[in-house]
Amino acid sequence: MKILVCISKTPDTTAKIAFTDNNTKFDTGSVQWIINPNDEYYALVRAIELKEADASTVIHLVTVGAPDADAIIRKALALGGDEAIRVNTESQDSFTIASQIAEVAKQGSYDLVFLGKETIDYNGSCVGGMVAELLDLPYISLATKFELNGTTATVTREIEGGEEICEVSLPVVVSCNKGMAEQRIPNMRGIMAARTKPLKVVEPVATEALTSIAEFSLPPAKAGVKLVDADNVAELVRLLREEAKVI
Amino acid sequence: MVLIFIDIAEDGNVKKSSLEALTYGAQLAKQLGVEAQGVVLAPATEDLSALGKYGVSKIHQVKNDSLKYFDAQVYAKVLAQAVEQSGATVVVFSNNTDGKAVAPRLSARLKAGLVAGAVALPETSNGFAVKKSVFSGKAFANVNITTPVKIISLNPNAFKIEEGTGTAEVVELNATVDAPKVKVTAVKKQSGEVPLAEAEIVVSGGRGLKGPENWGILEDLARELHAGLACSRPVADAHWRPHNEHVGQTGGAIAPNLYIAVGISGAIQHLAGVNRSKVIVVINKDAEAPFFKAADYGIVGDLFEVLPKFTEAVKQLK
Repeated sequence: MKILVCISKTPDTTAKIAFTDNNTKFDTGSVQWIINPNDEYYALVRAIELKEADASTVIHLVTVGAPDADAIIRKALALGGDEAIRVNTESQDSFTIASQIAEVAKQGSYDLVFLGKETIDYNGSCVGGMVAELLDLPYISLATKFELNGTTATVTREIEGGEEICEVSLPVVVSCNKGMAEQRIPNMRGIMAARTKPLKVVEPVATEALTSIAEFSLPPAKAGVKLVDADNVAELVRLLREEAKVI
Repeated sequence: MVLIFIDIAEDGNVKKSSLEALTYGAQLAKQLGVEAQGVVLAPATEDLSALGKYGVSKIHQVKNDSLKYFDAQVYAKVLAQAVEQSGATVVVFSNNTDGKAVAPRLSARLKAGLVAGAVALPETSNGFAVKKSVFSGKAFANVNITTPVKIISLNPNAFKIEEGTGTAEVVELNATVDAPKVKVTAVKKQSGEVPLAEAEIVVSGGRGLKGPENWGILEDLARELHAGLACSRPVADAHWRPHNEHVGQTGGAIAPNLYIAVGISGAIQHLAGVNRSKVIVVINKDAEAPFFKAADYGIVGDLFEVLPKFTEAVKQLK
């Protein structure tokens, strides 16, 4: 069993969001970078659990980015990947990222491609579906459970107001949601082992972006909270009805 | 022409998020001076011609048993044929659970630029720029689509449904439909509850509720408000509530008209999933809870005393 887990580098959740160059670029100046939580907690950890259940499983990690993504992919290796591949190019849009990942996936003939349900920076949820299309593979999005039985997977996926249980033969691309696995913390052994695990750098294939960011903006600042006395809850209900007009 | 994907729920009804997409697509078509049309793939129990009241003149329907259950791979291939046969230049989806799976596939298939999670109509006076929420609601980006066919998926609750009076012509579309490789074996719906992603009001509980046995007082309020139920991450992690109710950075992101947070301190990770809510109410006994900074209205008090009074006051409205 060969699993490819897609890893994205994202700003830490607590990072201050600011822009430069006339609001056309994200200000990375004082940003702490992390592994995209959905890629880490759910996609990678579920892959590690599958490897723990079947020791012959091999986990490769792929990221698309410049050399400054190496620290992130090493952290992912410390959690339990066997080998990492970095496609040496700055990401432009979801399609260019998906095209690079699809190329790596083609070369490696993977049984499973796992990724988080979305990145916490651009919140697109696009890369998984695009990778699946470029590989002409089935795609199950927003998976909350994934069980393997030989070459067949039983996957539970989120739908509006419930869930759907599906069966699919491998290979398949799966975007992973909460419920797939519980977050793990890398241990010292993993961190030491990650230093010697292979990190291959490959050059990108030629692709063209389909979209480009024209401008960023920040939402207007909140006016501040209007506090209502705990003994006068009816007043809150009145405000919600007459002032905010939401009930 | 603007083509709108109409998503059908398991019961055969059009999903509410698709009605938003229909209204959005119809207004975009008007802005561009072109026609708006819809496309339906799954079997529908509704009278599709009635969807004309949302502003579409024609509905393309593909009738094939293989389309009964959603499969992103099969759907994308059929939608590509619908785009080609109808001559659509813009395709609109809802950014709901199905839209998140099929819109990217169609984008890659047609090499058509996609903006996922749009929150407003595009600016089309000089190019085609779509506003979307980024950095988990902490900012917006205006994204240019430069390809001949453009795809937009609209965030649920980001656009108000508007009804007019028209009817739509329903026409059958002939398309090659593959057998799905994903076999749906069961669908489990939480009966009687308002789906969280579509709820206009959401009532959400945190650790302040002290245990799952206390959720009844929150459910009472949700019932009175016809609201969806949600929870914070520690609550889902402690298995007090199911994972699908967890909202926040790593749970679901929602944007209701009203979000009522009860006994939730408001960590930044939680805010990331709810900060697109139009109005936020916070009830917490800790006056220093960070959530009060993001709230529009707040009550500093014991939730076990405040919630029953809240429910009672809502009842009085009726």
